[in-house]
Amino acid sequence: MLVLSGILVVIAGFIVRANPLFVVATAALVTGLAAGMHPLDVIAAFGKAFNENRYVSLVFLVLPVIGLLERYGLQERARMLIARLRVASPGRLLVAYLALRQAFASVGLTAIGGHAQMVRPLIAPMAEAAGERVSGHLDEYARLRIRALAASADNVGAFFGEDIFVAVSSILLIKGFLQQSGVSVQPLDLSLWAIPTAFLALAIHGARLLLFDRKMALERRRREGGPTR
Amino acid sequence: MITLEDAYIFAGLVFAAFAGLGLSDRSNPRRLGNSLFWALVAVSFLFGSRLGNLENGTIALALAILGASRLLGPAPGDGGDRGERARSAARFGNWLFVPALLVPFTALVGSIGLKNLVVAGQPLIEPRQATVISLALGVLVAGIAAMAWLRPRPVVPFEEGRRLMDAIGWAAVLPQMLASLGALFALAGVGREVGRLVADYVPLTHPLTVIAAYCFGMAVFTAIMGNAFAAFPVMTAAIGLPLIVHKFGGSPAIMSALGMLSGFCGTLTTPMAANFNIVPAALLELPDRNAVIKAQWPTAVLLLACNVFLMYVLVFRFAAHRP
Repeated sequence: MLVLSGILVVIAGFIVRANPLFVVATAALVTGLAAGMHPLDVIAAFGKAFNENRYVSLVFLVLPVIGLLERYGLQERARMLIARLRVASPGRLLVAYLALRQAFASVGLTAIGGHAQMVRPLIAPMAEAAGERVSGHLDEYARLRIRALAASADNVGAFFGEDIFVAVSSILLIKGFLQQSGVSVQPLDLSLWAIPTAFLALAIHGARLLLFDRKMALERRRREGGPTR
Repeated sequence: MITLEDAYIFAGLVFAAFAGLGLSDRSNPRRLGNSLFWALVAVSFLFGSRLGNLENGTIALALAILGASRLLGPAPGDGGDRGERARSAARFGNWLFVPALLVPFTALVGSIGLKNLVVAGQPLIEPRQATVISLALGVLVAGIAAMAWLRPRPVVPFEEGRRLMDAIGWAAVLPQMLASLGALFALAGVGREVGRLVADYVPLTHPLTVIAAYCFGMAVFTAIMGNAFAAFPVMTAAIGLPLIVHKFGGSPAIMSALGMLSGFCGTLTTPMAANFNIVPAALLELPDRNAVIKAQWPTAVLLLACNVFLMYVLVFRFAAHRP
Protein backbone atom coordinates (compact mmCIF):
# COMPACT_ATOMS: atom_id res chain seq x y z
CA MET A 1 0.00 0.00 0.00
CA LEU A 2 2.76 2.40 0.98
CA VAL A 3 4.32 2.33 -2.48
CA LEU A 4 1.20 4.05 -3.82
CA SER A 5 2.17 7.27 -2.01
CA GLY A 6 4.03 8.39 -5.15
CA ILE A 7 0.74 8.45 -7.02
CA LEU A 8 -0.76 10.61 -4.27
CA VAL A 9 2.17 13.03 -4.61
CA VAL A 10 1.49 13.33 -8.34
CA ILE A 11 -2.24 13.93 -7.86
CA ALA A 12 -1.71 16.43 -5.03
CA GLY A 13 0.98 18.19 -7.04
CA PHE A 14 -1.30 18.70 -10.00
CA ILE A 15 -4.15 19.88 -7.76
CA VAL A 16 -2.07 22.61 -6.10
CA ARG A 17 -0.53 23.39 -9.51
CA ALA A 18 3.04 22.93 -8.35
CA ASN A 19 5.72 22.74 -11.02
CA PRO A 20 5.20 19.34 -12.72
CA LEU A 21 8.92 18.68 -13.15
CA PHE A 22 9.41 19.07 -9.41
CA VAL A 23 6.30 17.03 -8.60
CA VAL A 24 7.44 14.13 -10.76
CA ALA A 25 10.93 14.06 -9.28
CA THR A 26 9.47 14.20 -5.76
CA ALA A 27 7.02 11.41 -6.55
CA ALA A 28 9.90 9.25 -7.77
CA LEU A 29 11.87 9.83 -4.58
CA VAL A 30 8.83 9.18 -2.38
CA THR A 31 8.01 5.96 -4.24
CA GLY A 32 11.54 4.66 -3.89
CA LEU A 33 11.71 5.49 -0.18
CA ALA A 34 8.28 3.95 0.42
CA ALA A 35 9.54 0.74 -1.18
CA GLY A 36 12.26 0.67 1.47
CA MET A 37 15.19 1.68 -0.74
CA HIS A 38 18.18 3.62 0.56
CA PRO A 39 17.96 7.35 -0.42
CA LEU A 40 21.16 7.20 -2.47
CA ASP A 41 19.92 4.07 -4.23
CA VAL A 42 16.71 5.88 -5.10
CA ILE A 43 18.61 8.76 -6.68
CA ALA A 44 20.84 6.32 -8.55
CA ALA A 45 17.85 4.36 -9.86
CA PHE A 46 16.22 7.62 -10.94
CA GLY A 47 19.43 8.72 -12.64
CA LYS A 48 19.79 5.39 -14.45
CA ALA A 49 16.25 5.64 -15.81
CA PHE A 50 16.68 9.32 -16.71
CA ASN A 51 19.83 8.48 -18.63
CA GLU A 52 18.27 5.52 -20.43
CA ASN A 53 15.31 7.64 -21.53
CA ARG A 54 17.31 10.43 -23.14
CA TYR A 55 15.99 9.46 -26.56
CA VAL A 56 12.61 10.91 -25.51
CA SER A 57 14.15 14.41 -25.61
CA LEU A 58 15.88 13.99 -28.99
CA VAL A 59 12.83 15.44 -30.75
CA PHE A 60 13.97 18.97 -29.82
CA LEU A 61 16.89 18.59 -32.24
CA VAL A 62 14.45 19.73 -34.90
CA LEU A 63 14.01 23.20 -33.36
CA PRO A 64 17.03 24.93 -34.98
CA VAL A 65 15.82 23.89 -38.46
CA ILE A 66 12.22 24.90 -37.73
CA GLY A 67 13.38 28.16 -36.12
CA LEU A 68 15.57 29.01 -39.11
CA LEU A 69 12.78 28.34 -41.61
CA GLU A 70 10.29 30.29 -39.49
CA ARG A 71 12.64 33.27 -39.54
CA TYR A 72 12.58 33.07 -43.33
CA GLY A 73 8.78 33.08 -43.32
CA LEU A 74 7.70 29.40 -43.18
CA GLN A 75 4.61 30.09 -41.05
CA GLU A 76 3.64 33.08 -43.20
CA ARG A 77 4.00 30.98 -46.34
CA ALA A 78 1.78 28.28 -44.84
CA ARG A 79 -0.80 31.01 -44.10
CA MET A 80 -0.62 32.43 -47.65
CA LEU A 81 -1.11 28.98 -49.14
CA ILE A 82 -4.35 28.46 -47.20
CA ALA A 83 -5.65 32.02 -47.47
CA ARG A 84 -5.95 31.51 -51.24
CA LEU A 85 -7.87 28.27 -50.85
CA ARG A 86 -11.58 29.13 -50.88
CA VAL A 87 -12.89 25.85 -49.51
CA ALA A 88 -10.51 25.84 -46.56
CA SER A 89 -11.90 26.13 -43.04
CA PRO A 90 -10.12 25.18 -39.80
CA GLY A 91 -12.38 22.17 -39.26
CA ARG A 92 -12.06 20.79 -42.79
CA LEU A 93 -8.32 21.35 -42.85
CA LEU A 94 -7.82 19.60 -39.53
CA VAL A 95 -10.11 16.71 -40.47
CA ALA A 96 -7.96 16.22 -43.57
CA TYR A 97 -4.82 16.28 -41.45
CA LEU A 98 -6.38 13.91 -38.91
CA ALA A 99 -7.32 11.43 -41.64
CA LEU A 100 -3.90 11.64 -43.30
CA ARG A 101 -2.06 11.25 -40.01
CA GLN A 102 -4.19 8.24 -39.18
CA ALA A 103 -3.70 6.69 -42.61
CA PHE A 104 0.08 7.12 -42.49
CA ALA A 105 0.29 5.80 -38.92
CA SER A 106 -1.81 2.76 -39.82
CA VAL A 107 0.86 1.63 -42.28
CA GLY A 108 3.66 2.34 -39.83
CA LEU A 109 4.63 5.81 -41.04
CA THR A 110 4.35 7.61 -37.70
CA ALA A 111 7.37 9.72 -38.63
CA ILE A 112 5.12 11.85 -40.83
CA GLY A 113 3.51 14.34 -38.49
CA GLY A 114 4.43 15.42 -35.00
CA HIS A 115 4.02 18.59 -32.99
CA ALA A 116 7.46 20.15 -33.47
CA GLN A 117 7.91 19.09 -37.09
CA MET A 118 4.43 19.55 -38.58
CA VAL A 119 1.88 21.13 -36.26
CA ARG A 120 3.74 24.22 -35.10
CA PRO A 121 5.37 25.29 -38.38
CA LEU A 122 2.68 24.20 -40.85
CA ILE A 123 -0.67 22.84 -39.66
CA ALA A 124 -1.46 25.35 -36.91
CA PRO A 125 -0.66 28.46 -39.03
CA MET A 126 -2.69 27.02 -41.91
CA ALA A 127 -5.66 26.35 -39.65
CA GLU A 128 -5.38 29.85 -38.19
CA ALA A 129 -5.31 31.42 -41.65
CA ALA A 130 -8.38 29.40 -42.62
CA GLY A 131 -10.00 30.60 -39.39
CA GLU A 132 -9.30 34.21 -40.27
CA ARG A 133 -11.00 33.71 -43.63
CA VAL A 134 -14.05 31.96 -42.21
CA SER A 135 -14.65 34.20 -39.22
CA GLY A 136 -13.66 37.52 -40.79
CA HIS A 137 -12.17 38.53 -37.48
CA LEU A 138 -10.44 35.92 -35.35
CA ASP A 139 -10.42 36.80 -31.65
CA GLU A 140 -7.66 35.62 -29.33
CA TYR A 141 -9.78 32.85 -27.80
CA ALA A 142 -10.62 31.33 -31.18
CA ARG A 143 -7.01 31.62 -32.33
CA LEU A 144 -5.71 29.70 -29.32
CA ARG A 145 -8.54 27.17 -29.59
CA ILE A 146 -7.63 26.47 -33.23
CA ARG A 147 -4.02 25.84 -32.26
CA ALA A 148 -5.08 23.43 -29.50
CA LEU A 149 -7.38 21.63 -31.94
CA ALA A 150 -4.49 21.29 -34.39
CA ALA A 151 -2.42 19.55 -31.71
CA SER A 152 -5.39 17.34 -30.81
CA ALA A 153 -5.80 16.23 -34.43
CA ASP A 154 -2.17 15.09 -34.46
CA ASN A 155 -2.59 13.11 -31.22
CA VAL A 156 -5.89 11.44 -32.09
CA GLY A 157 -4.63 10.57 -35.57
CA ALA A 158 -1.41 9.05 -34.29
CA PHE A 159 -2.92 7.10 -31.36
CA PHE A 160 -5.85 5.59 -33.22
CA GLY A 161 -3.93 4.92 -36.41
CA GLU A 162 -0.73 3.27 -35.23
CA ASP A 163 -2.48 0.33 -33.57
CA ILE A 164 -3.64 -0.90 -36.97
CA PHE A 165 -0.01 -1.43 -37.95
CA VAL A 166 1.09 -4.96 -37.14
CA ALA A 167 4.62 -4.20 -35.99
CA VAL A 168 3.89 -1.23 -33.72
CA SER A 169 5.32 -1.41 -30.20
CA SER A 170 1.94 -1.58 -28.45
CA ILE A 171 0.93 -4.68 -30.39
CA LEU A 172 4.27 -6.31 -29.71
CA LEU A 173 3.82 -5.50 -26.02
CA ILE A 174 0.35 -7.10 -25.98
CA LYS A 175 1.58 -10.20 -27.75
CA GLY A 176 4.59 -10.52 -25.46
CA PHE A 177 2.56 -10.08 -22.29
CA LEU A 178 -0.15 -12.54 -23.29
CA GLN A 179 2.47 -15.08 -24.30
CA GLN A 180 4.03 -14.83 -20.84
CA SER A 181 0.60 -15.55 -19.40
CA GLY A 182 0.18 -18.61 -21.60
CA VAL A 183 -2.28 -17.09 -24.11
CA SER A 184 -1.25 -16.86 -27.74
CA VAL A 185 -2.67 -14.24 -30.12
CA GLN A 186 -1.77 -13.26 -33.66
CA PRO A 187 -0.55 -9.67 -34.19
CA LEU A 188 -2.79 -9.49 -37.26
CA ASP A 189 -5.86 -10.22 -35.08
CA LEU A 190 -4.88 -7.43 -32.72
CA SER A 191 -4.50 -4.90 -35.51
CA LEU A 192 -7.74 -6.06 -37.14
CA TRP A 193 -9.76 -5.36 -33.98
CA ALA A 194 -8.26 -1.88 -33.74
CA ILE A 195 -9.98 -0.87 -36.97
CA PRO A 196 -13.55 -0.21 -35.64
CA THR A 197 -12.21 2.17 -32.97
CA ALA A 198 -10.02 3.88 -35.57
CA PHE A 199 -13.07 4.71 -37.68
CA LEU A 200 -15.01 5.87 -34.62
CA ALA A 201 -12.10 8.10 -33.58
CA LEU A 202 -12.08 9.70 -37.02
CA ALA A 203 -15.86 10.14 -36.92
CA ILE A 204 -16.03 11.55 -33.38
CA HIS A 205 -13.04 13.87 -33.51
CA GLY A 206 -13.81 14.82 -37.11
CA ALA A 207 -17.37 15.76 -36.17
CA ARG A 208 -16.11 17.88 -33.27
CA LEU A 209 -13.67 19.68 -35.57
CA LEU A 210 -16.43 20.41 -38.09
CA LEU A 211 -18.71 21.58 -35.27
CA PHE A 212 -16.09 24.19 -34.47
CA ASP A 213 -16.52 25.50 -38.03
CA ARG A 214 -20.27 25.76 -37.52
CA LYS A 215 -19.78 27.62 -34.25
CA MET A 216 -17.43 30.10 -35.90
CA ALA A 217 -19.80 30.74 -38.80
CA LEU A 218 -22.67 31.21 -36.36
CA GLU A 219 -20.71 33.70 -34.31
CA ARG A 220 -19.81 35.66 -37.43
CA ARG A 221 -23.46 35.92 -38.43
CA ARG A 222 -24.39 37.10 -34.94
CA ARG A 223 -21.59 39.63 -34.93
CA GLU A 224 -22.46 41.00 -38.36
CA GLY A 225 -26.12 41.23 -37.47
CA GLY A 226 -27.33 38.80 -40.12
CA PRO A 227 -30.21 36.39 -39.59
CA THR A 228 -29.40 33.66 -37.11
CA ARG A 229 -31.31 30.48 -37.29
CA MET B 1 27.85 2.28 -37.62
CA ILE B 2 25.84 5.29 -36.53
CA THR B 3 24.66 4.60 -33.01
CA LEU B 4 22.24 6.20 -30.62
CA GLU B 5 25.28 7.57 -28.77
CA ASP B 6 26.21 9.60 -31.87
CA ALA B 7 22.73 11.13 -31.90
CA TYR B 8 23.15 11.96 -28.19
CA ILE B 9 26.48 13.70 -28.86
CA PHE B 10 24.81 15.72 -31.63
CA ALA B 11 21.99 16.68 -29.27
CA GLY B 12 24.50 17.53 -26.53
CA LEU B 13 26.31 19.93 -28.84
CA VAL B 14 23.06 21.61 -29.89
CA PHE B 15 21.96 22.06 -26.26
CA ALA B 16 25.45 23.36 -25.39
CA ALA B 17 25.00 25.95 -28.16
CA PHE B 18 21.62 26.93 -26.65
CA ALA B 19 23.27 27.35 -23.25
CA GLY B 20 26.15 29.41 -24.63
CA LEU B 21 24.00 31.68 -26.80
CA GLY B 22 21.50 32.16 -24.00
CA LEU B 23 24.13 33.74 -21.80
CA SER B 24 24.59 36.65 -24.21
CA ASP B 25 20.88 37.45 -24.54
CA ARG B 26 20.79 40.72 -22.60
CA SER B 27 17.07 41.21 -23.26
CA ASN B 28 16.25 38.29 -20.95
CA PRO B 29 16.63 38.89 -17.20
CA ARG B 30 16.43 35.11 -16.65
CA ARG B 31 19.22 34.21 -19.07
CA LEU B 32 21.43 32.72 -16.34
CA GLY B 33 18.79 30.22 -15.22
CA ASN B 34 17.93 29.22 -18.79
CA SER B 35 21.57 28.83 -19.67
CA LEU B 36 22.29 26.64 -16.65
CA PHE B 37 19.26 24.47 -17.41
CA TRP B 38 20.29 23.76 -21.02
CA ALA B 39 23.90 23.29 -19.95
CA LEU B 40 22.78 20.49 -17.60
CA VAL B 41 20.79 18.89 -20.41
CA ALA B 42 23.88 19.17 -22.64
CA VAL B 43 26.02 17.47 -19.98
CA SER B 44 23.48 14.67 -19.70
CA PHE B 45 23.52 14.08 -23.46
CA LEU B 46 27.29 14.41 -23.89
CA PHE B 47 28.54 12.52 -20.86
CA GLY B 48 25.51 10.63 -19.50
CA SER B 49 26.73 7.27 -20.77
CA ARG B 50 30.05 7.70 -18.97
CA LEU B 51 28.71 9.16 -15.72
CA GLY B 52 27.59 6.97 -12.83
CA ASN B 53 23.93 6.51 -11.95
CA LEU B 54 24.24 8.74 -8.91
CA GLU B 55 25.72 11.59 -10.97
CA ASN B 56 22.95 11.26 -13.54
CA GLY B 57 20.40 11.24 -10.73
CA THR B 58 21.91 14.43 -9.36
CA ILE B 59 21.60 16.06 -12.79
CA ALA B 60 17.94 15.02 -12.99
CA LEU B 61 17.22 16.40 -9.51
CA ALA B 62 19.06 19.64 -10.30
CA LEU B 63 16.90 20.06 -13.42
CA ALA B 64 13.76 19.48 -11.33
CA ILE B 65 14.81 22.06 -8.74
CA LEU B 66 15.81 24.61 -11.39
CA GLY B 67 12.51 24.00 -13.17
CA ALA B 68 10.55 24.73 -9.99
CA SER B 69 12.56 27.89 -9.25
CA ARG B 70 11.66 31.18 -10.84
CA LEU B 71 14.99 31.35 -12.61
CA LEU B 72 13.66 30.14 -15.98
CA GLY B 73 11.68 32.01 -18.60
CA PRO B 74 11.69 33.20 -22.20
CA ALA B 75 12.75 36.72 -23.16
CA PRO B 76 9.78 39.09 -23.02
CA GLY B 77 7.97 39.87 -26.28
CA ASP B 78 10.34 38.08 -28.59
CA GLY B 79 8.19 37.54 -31.67
CA GLY B 80 10.61 38.81 -34.30
CA ASP B 81 9.76 41.08 -37.22
CA ARG B 82 6.52 39.94 -38.88
CA GLY B 83 6.83 42.25 -41.88
CA GLU B 84 10.32 41.00 -42.57
CA ARG B 85 9.15 37.40 -42.43
CA ALA B 86 6.20 38.07 -44.75
CA ARG B 87 8.54 39.67 -47.32
CA SER B 88 10.86 36.70 -47.02
CA ALA B 89 7.93 34.30 -47.44
CA ALA B 90 6.91 36.09 -50.66
CA ARG B 91 10.47 35.96 -51.93
CA PHE B 92 11.29 32.32 -51.26
CA GLY B 93 7.81 31.00 -52.00
CA ASN B 94 6.67 27.44 -51.53
CA TRP B 95 10.27 26.21 -51.67
CA LEU B 96 10.32 27.00 -47.95
CA PHE B 97 8.28 23.85 -47.38
CA VAL B 98 10.96 21.62 -48.90
CA PRO B 99 13.51 21.67 -46.06
CA ALA B 100 10.68 21.46 -43.52
CA LEU B 101 9.33 18.32 -45.18
CA LEU B 102 12.85 16.97 -45.61
CA VAL B 103 12.93 16.19 -41.87
CA PRO B 104 10.03 13.69 -41.82
CA PHE B 105 10.98 12.43 -45.30
CA THR B 106 14.54 11.57 -44.26
CA ALA B 107 13.28 10.10 -41.01
CA LEU B 108 10.93 7.94 -43.04
CA VAL B 109 13.55 6.77 -45.52
CA GLY B 110 15.89 6.14 -42.63
CA SER B 111 13.53 4.12 -40.52
CA ILE B 112 12.40 1.97 -43.45
CA GLY B 113 15.31 1.93 -45.85
CA LEU B 114 18.50 2.44 -43.88
CA LYS B 115 17.41 0.03 -41.17
CA ASN B 116 18.65 -2.99 -43.08
CA LEU B 117 21.47 -1.35 -45.02
CA VAL B 118 24.84 -2.99 -44.45
CA VAL B 119 28.04 -1.13 -45.32
CA ALA B 120 31.39 -2.93 -45.14
CA GLY B 121 29.92 -5.81 -43.17
CA GLN B 122 28.34 -3.51 -40.56
CA PRO B 123 24.82 -2.12 -40.39
CA LEU B 124 24.86 1.60 -41.26
CA ILE B 125 22.65 2.53 -38.32
CA GLU B 126 21.95 0.72 -35.08
CA PRO B 127 18.88 -1.25 -36.21
CA ARG B 128 16.99 -1.20 -32.89
CA GLN B 129 17.21 2.59 -32.71
CA ALA B 130 16.52 3.27 -36.40
CA THR B 131 13.61 5.66 -35.79
CA VAL B 132 15.32 8.11 -33.42
CA ILE B 133 18.62 8.01 -35.27
CA SER B 134 16.78 8.69 -38.54
CA LEU B 135 15.14 11.73 -36.95
CA ALA B 136 18.57 13.11 -36.04
CA LEU B 137 19.77 12.38 -39.59
CA GLY B 138 16.70 14.13 -40.99
CA VAL B 139 17.47 17.22 -38.94
CA LEU B 140 21.06 17.19 -40.17
CA VAL B 141 20.09 16.81 -43.84
CA ALA B 142 17.36 19.45 -43.68
CA GLY B 143 19.60 21.81 -41.70
CA ILE B 144 22.47 21.57 -44.17
CA ALA B 145 20.11 22.00 -47.14
CA ALA B 146 18.47 25.07 -45.59
CA MET B 147 21.82 26.62 -44.67
CA ALA B 148 23.21 26.09 -48.17
CA TRP B 149 20.12 27.62 -49.75
CA LEU B 150 19.29 30.54 -47.46
CA ARG B 151 22.89 31.36 -46.46
CA PRO B 152 22.19 32.92 -43.04
CA ARG B 153 24.97 33.61 -40.56
CA PRO B 154 25.91 30.21 -39.06
CA VAL B 155 24.68 31.27 -35.62
CA VAL B 156 21.11 31.98 -36.82
CA PRO B 157 19.61 28.46 -36.59
CA PHE B 158 20.95 28.01 -33.07
CA GLU B 159 19.77 31.46 -32.05
CA GLU B 160 16.26 30.73 -33.39
CA GLY B 161 16.29 27.23 -31.93
CA ARG B 162 17.23 28.63 -28.55
CA ARG B 163 14.37 31.13 -28.71
CA LEU B 164 11.90 28.27 -29.27
CA MET B 165 13.60 26.14 -26.62
CA ASP B 166 13.36 28.93 -24.03
CA ALA B 167 9.66 29.29 -24.83
CA ILE B 168 9.15 25.59 -24.03
CA GLY B 169 11.38 25.80 -20.96
CA TRP B 170 11.24 23.13 -18.24
CA ALA B 171 8.35 21.32 -20.01
CA ALA B 172 10.94 20.01 -22.48
CA VAL B 173 12.43 17.66 -19.89
CA LEU B 174 9.09 16.57 -18.42
CA PRO B 175 8.51 13.59 -20.76
CA GLN B 176 11.93 12.17 -19.93
CA MET B 177 11.36 12.77 -16.22
CA LEU B 178 7.98 11.01 -16.39
CA ALA B 179 9.54 8.02 -18.12
CA SER B 180 12.00 7.81 -15.23
CA LEU B 181 9.16 7.99 -12.72
CA GLY B 182 7.59 5.05 -14.55
CA ALA B 183 10.81 3.09 -14.05
CA LEU B 184 10.68 3.72 -10.30
CA PHE B 185 7.02 2.75 -10.16
CA ALA B 186 7.97 -0.53 -11.83
CA LEU B 187 10.86 -1.05 -9.41
CA ALA B 188 8.64 -0.44 -6.38
CA GLY B 189 5.85 -2.69 -7.66
CA VAL B 190 3.20 0.04 -7.92
CA GLY B 191 1.41 -1.77 -10.74
CA ARG B 192 1.02 -5.00 -8.75
CA GLU B 193 -0.43 -3.04 -5.85
CA VAL B 194 -2.97 -1.21 -8.03
CA GLY B 195 -3.98 -4.47 -9.68
CA ARG B 196 -4.60 -6.02 -6.25
CA LEU B 197 -6.69 -3.03 -5.13
CA VAL B 198 -8.87 -3.19 -8.24
CA ALA B 199 -9.35 -6.95 -8.00
CA ASP B 200 -10.23 -6.68 -4.28
CA TYR B 201 -12.61 -3.77 -4.26
CA VAL B 202 -14.45 -3.64 -7.58
CA PRO B 203 -17.51 -5.94 -7.75
CA LEU B 204 -16.94 -8.03 -10.83
CA THR B 205 -19.81 -10.41 -11.31
CA HIS B 206 -21.54 -9.42 -14.57
CA PRO B 207 -19.70 -9.39 -17.93
CA LEU B 208 -20.66 -5.78 -18.61
CA THR B 209 -19.37 -4.46 -15.27
CA VAL B 210 -16.18 -6.45 -15.76
CA ILE B 211 -15.65 -5.00 -19.23
CA ALA B 212 -16.46 -1.49 -18.05
CA ALA B 213 -14.08 -1.87 -15.10
CA TYR B 214 -11.32 -3.12 -17.40
CA CYS B 215 -11.67 -0.33 -20.00
CA PHE B 216 -12.22 2.39 -17.41
CA GLY B 217 -9.33 1.03 -15.34
CA MET B 218 -7.06 1.12 -18.40
CA ALA B 219 -8.00 4.75 -19.08
CA VAL B 220 -7.61 5.93 -15.47
CA PHE B 221 -4.40 4.05 -14.74
CA THR B 222 -2.97 5.28 -18.05
CA ALA B 223 -3.91 8.82 -17.06
CA ILE B 224 -2.04 8.36 -13.77
CA MET B 225 1.04 6.76 -15.31
CA GLY B 226 0.95 8.86 -18.50
CA ASN B 227 1.47 5.71 -20.52
CA ALA B 228 -0.85 2.92 -21.64
CA PHE B 229 2.08 0.52 -21.85
CA ALA B 230 2.49 0.65 -18.08
CA ALA B 231 -1.23 0.16 -17.46
CA PHE B 232 -1.82 -2.75 -19.83
CA PRO B 233 0.04 -5.55 -17.99
CA VAL B 234 -1.43 -4.45 -14.64
CA MET B 235 -5.08 -4.24 -15.69
CA THR B 236 -4.92 -7.29 -17.94
CA ALA B 237 -3.40 -9.44 -15.19
CA ALA B 238 -5.88 -8.12 -12.59
CA ILE B 239 -9.15 -8.13 -14.57
CA GLY B 240 -8.68 -8.93 -18.24
CA LEU B 241 -7.27 -12.45 -18.26
CA PRO B 242 -8.82 -13.90 -15.08
CA LEU B 243 -12.32 -12.56 -15.65
CA ILE B 244 -12.99 -11.54 -19.26
CA VAL B 245 -11.03 -14.37 -20.85
CA HIS B 246 -10.97 -17.24 -18.34
CA LYS B 247 -14.23 -16.76 -16.44
CA PHE B 248 -16.54 -15.38 -19.15
CA GLY B 249 -14.78 -16.87 -22.17
CA GLY B 250 -13.97 -13.71 -24.12
CA SER B 251 -11.49 -13.43 -26.97
CA PRO B 252 -8.06 -12.33 -25.68
CA ALA B 253 -7.20 -10.60 -28.98
CA ILE B 254 -10.32 -8.40 -29.00
CA MET B 255 -10.01 -7.66 -25.29
CA SER B 256 -6.37 -6.63 -25.60
CA ALA B 257 -6.79 -4.52 -28.72
CA LEU B 258 -9.74 -2.58 -27.30
CA GLY B 259 -8.16 -2.44 -23.85
CA MET B 260 -5.04 -0.80 -25.20
CA LEU B 261 -7.16 1.68 -27.18
CA SER B 262 -9.09 2.49 -23.98
CA GLY B 263 -5.72 3.29 -22.45
CA PHE B 264 -5.02 5.68 -25.33
CA CYS B 265 -8.26 7.50 -24.41
CA GLY B 266 -6.68 8.07 -21.00
CA THR B 267 -3.52 9.39 -22.66
CA LEU B 268 -5.58 12.11 -24.35
CA THR B 269 -6.74 13.47 -20.98
CA THR B 270 -3.64 13.62 -18.82
CA PRO B 271 -0.82 16.11 -18.22
CA MET B 272 1.30 13.05 -17.35
CA ALA B 273 1.49 12.30 -21.08
CA ALA B 274 3.56 15.44 -21.34
CA ASN B 275 5.07 14.91 -24.77
CA PHE B 276 1.59 14.70 -26.33
CA ASN B 277 -0.27 17.24 -24.23
CA ILE B 278 1.98 19.67 -22.35
CA VAL B 279 4.94 20.12 -24.72
CA PRO B 280 2.65 20.93 -27.70
CA ALA B 281 0.86 23.58 -25.62
CA ALA B 282 4.24 25.18 -24.98
CA LEU B 283 5.31 24.75 -28.62
CA LEU B 284 2.15 26.47 -29.83
CA GLU B 285 2.60 29.28 -27.29
CA LEU B 286 -0.71 28.56 -25.56
CA PRO B 287 -0.93 30.39 -22.22
CA ASP B 288 -3.08 27.60 -20.75
CA ARG B 289 -0.86 24.54 -20.49
CA ASN B 290 -3.91 22.27 -20.37
CA ALA B 291 -5.42 23.74 -23.56
CA VAL B 292 -4.64 20.65 -25.65
CA ILE B 293 -6.22 18.36 -23.04
CA LYS B 294 -9.32 20.57 -23.02
CA ALA B 295 -9.55 20.17 -26.80
CA GLN B 296 -9.31 16.39 -26.48
CA TRP B 297 -11.26 15.20 -23.45
CA PRO B 298 -14.74 15.06 -25.02
CA THR B 299 -13.36 12.87 -27.80
CA ALA B 300 -11.62 10.69 -25.22
CA VAL B 301 -14.78 10.18 -23.12
CA LEU B 302 -16.98 9.36 -26.12
CA LEU B 303 -14.40 7.01 -27.57
CA LEU B 304 -13.98 5.22 -24.24
CA ALA B 305 -17.73 4.60 -24.12
CA CYS B 306 -17.53 3.28 -27.68
CA ASN B 307 -14.73 0.91 -26.68
CA VAL B 308 -16.76 -0.50 -23.78
CA PHE B 309 -19.71 -1.01 -26.12
CA LEU B 310 -17.57 -2.58 -28.86
CA MET B 311 -15.90 -4.93 -26.43
CA TYR B 312 -19.23 -6.01 -24.93
CA VAL B 313 -20.67 -6.71 -28.37
CA LEU B 314 -17.60 -8.35 -29.91
CA VAL B 315 -15.49 -10.02 -27.26
CA PHE B 316 -17.82 -12.99 -26.58
CA ARG B 317 -19.22 -13.30 -30.09
CA PHE B 318 -15.86 -13.80 -31.76
CA ALA B 319 -14.21 -15.80 -29.01
CA ALA B 320 -12.22 -18.63 -30.54
CA HIS B 321 -12.55 -20.90 -27.53
CA ARG B 322 -15.02 -21.65 -24.78
CA PRO B 323 -13.74 -22.64 -21.35
